[in-house]
Amino acid sequence: MKLTHALPLTALVAAVSAAAQAQEITVATVNNNDMVIMQSLTDEFEQAYPGISVNWVVLEENVLRQRTTTDIATGGGQFDVMTIGTYEVPIWAERDWLVGLNGLPDAYQVDDLLRPVRDGLSRDGVLHALPFYGESSMLYYRQDLFDEHGIEMPEQPSWEEAREWASELHDPDNGLYGICLRGKPGWGENMAFVSTLVNTFGGRWFDEDWNPEIDSPEWQAAIEFYVDLLGNYGPPGASSNGFNENLALFSGGRCAMWVDATSAAGRLFDPSESDVAEALGFSQAPIAETPKGSHWLWSWALAIPATSQQQDAAQQFITWATSREYIELVGERHGWTSVPPGTRTSTYEDERYIEAAPFASFVLEAMENADPTDSTLKPSPYIGVQFAGIPEFQAIGTQVGQTIAAALTGQTTVEQALVSAQRSAERAMRQAGYYD
Amino acid sequence: MFNKTPTSGPATAAMPPAQQALGAQGIGAVLARHRRLWLALLAWTITFVIFFPIFWMVLTGFKTEAQAIADPTLFFTPTLDSYAAVQGRADYLKFAWNSVYVSFGSTLLALLIGIPAAYSMAFLPTKRTKGTLLWMLSTKMLPPVGVLVPIYLIFRDLGMLDTRIGLTVIYTLMNLPIVIWMLYTFFKDLPKDILEAGRMDGASTLQEVLYLLIPLTLPGIASTGLLSVILSWNEAFWSLNLTSSRAAPLTAYIASFSSPEGLFWAKLSAASTMAVAPILIFGWLTQKQMVRGLTFGAVK
Repeated sequence: MKLTHALPLTALVAAVSAAAQAQEITVATVNNNDMVIMQSLTDEFEQAYPGISVNWVVLEENVLRQRTTTDIATGGGQFDVMTIGTYEVPIWAERDWLVGLNGLPDAYQVDDLLRPVRDGLSRDGVLHALPFYGESSMLYYRQDLFDEHGIEMPEQPSWEEAREWASELHDPDNGLYGICLRGKPGWGENMAFVSTLVNTFGGRWFDEDWNPEIDSPEWQAAIEFYVDLLGNYGPPGASSNGFNENLALFSGGRCAMWVDATSAAGRLFDPSESDVAEALGFSQAPIAETPKGSHWLWSWALAIPATSQQQDAAQQFITWATSREYIELVGERHGWTSVPPGTRTSTYEDERYIEAAPFASFVLEAMENADPTDSTLKPSPYIGVQFAGIPEFQAIGTQVGQTIAAALTGQTTVEQALVSAQRSAERAMRQAGYYD
Repeated sequence: MFNKTPTSGPATAAMPPAQQALGAQGIGAVLARHRRLWLALLAWTITFVIFFPIFWMVLTGFKTEAQAIADPTLFFTPTLDSYAAVQGRADYLKFAWNSVYVSFGSTLLALLIGIPAAYSMAFLPTKRTKGTLLWMLSTKMLPPVGVLVPIYLIFRDLGMLDTRIGLTVIYTLMNLPIVIWMLYTFFKDLPKDILEAGRMDGASTLQEVLYLLIPLTLPGIASTGLLSVILSWNEAFWSLNLTSSRAAPLTAYIASFSSPEGLFWAKLSAASTMAVAPILIFGWLTQKQMVRGLTFGAVK
């Protein structure tokens, strides 16, 4: 009798004290599909952790970056969790802007995280952010068109072959273009792709003494190839196409081939979003001189800024949102093609995922092969496949992206574009104090 | 300067005799009608050009994501899916209330400070008045991002980050130069004698402002206030940078629907339509006041 009374009473006391200590955390994120799903599962988290309530701040990627940088640099303390990428994590960690994640519970299974992703988010062996989803790049193609023309896709296609196929399949009068690639200027847009192309052509962003090598013969060959390929066999107005535009073109059946993020695969396989779901083929990203750095590595990760007042609650949230249980939850609620890809080995061993996502093994292989510490033929001093992990890169990458877009539209020649890009990169590096 | 030829001379000389017989007045009427027609056509064209993006945005809000990015079309089966998705993700009313609060609050505050300031500059000018006015305007020439960090730090220390009060204060400061300038020009057009007559009858400065100045220049004050409301409503830089979740107005609401990965145009259009609708209706209802205020004193 007494016990039956005591139990609800204890529960009540526990509930009251939990409510009294209710912690509110503010999570800043972008409006990508996987984050929208995370937002919709807030209730699940709040039920599992009754003492914590979650506020969302959703912003456009560039605004988010500016907003979080301002807040963190001035110690504003507006956010408890931030969504940042592989590029920012090491740079921010070095400035002690992020909380080092040492005490992760065993149940979290840190070793289950894909090694390249984990390495990308660590500094001195300590994780500074947890991966929410990750991606590499690969080649998507229209199996039906390839069959029609009797083209067989080899295990590892080369860029030379890709150009031949593009010229054969290019049929602009019927609204079909040989290949779609990123052209919109920006370090995270066209330069993400162009950097991998330069890598595989044997080029690099900087030599070992941080001198830019943008006017090197390797860059010249890569960019000439890019301009020729996309200019002749790409869609009109390719210089304004980013990931979204190409996704729309490819899923609408307007491109025979597309090289871009592996995270597009889920959508392309979904018949409700894609006209080419039935005819979708995929392969590894093409290579030229070397397979090194031919496909990128990126992950969106959740980090806790050092200025957060609720670091414990924030850590509970990010471990929840990147846990195996979370992936399980998304799989059950939203279907297995919707689970955040590219973070955990266990996802790729899950039968339900393998069945729903035939591209799973390709993505896993591409991600495991991408090595941000060794992505160029000649040695380079920076970390990163499709970027150089230094603070100056954002500005340099975007500037170079603009000159390459100008070459793509024919406003300048490739040679002129690279000479001027080289000059502006040299200036930026000198100003930053890398050399006199 | 060099064109001294009388305009009527060559024109009448070149006219056929029949038209000459019509007389100057008949031709004038025909010309005037033509001119009116052309002006009307021009006005409609300009209106169409300005209005088209808004029209297209409203239209896109009723499309599916796939239709929104496909080749442009005027004819499609409208759907409310985007509106449902947008409403399912964020609480529109919370953002809208923040917008109303900060834009009307800041306008009220700006008028409260602006009216006395403009009064003193219009009726009691000193030799520094012109300079002060220009200086105030010059604050609008600085790109806001130039003062972002100092303001952010001040706000952090005062605990005003992500508060409606903080945003209201910033908008007041932002609009104050424009408010004072507009009020100043309206007040200057008011004959000084009216205020002097009031003073002769024993009115204090406060009474002078309350019973003479404000009622006589109300259309001007109203249009200044309306402009200030609209400017605050649409302001995006400060609202995105100084708020996060609690005080975020509709501009932050719109920004949350843009996406680097995946299709978002239909949802973004639906969110934008919902964000501009209140101010559009507000502008529509008050357009008479606006036009009256803006042309107030234009014809002397």
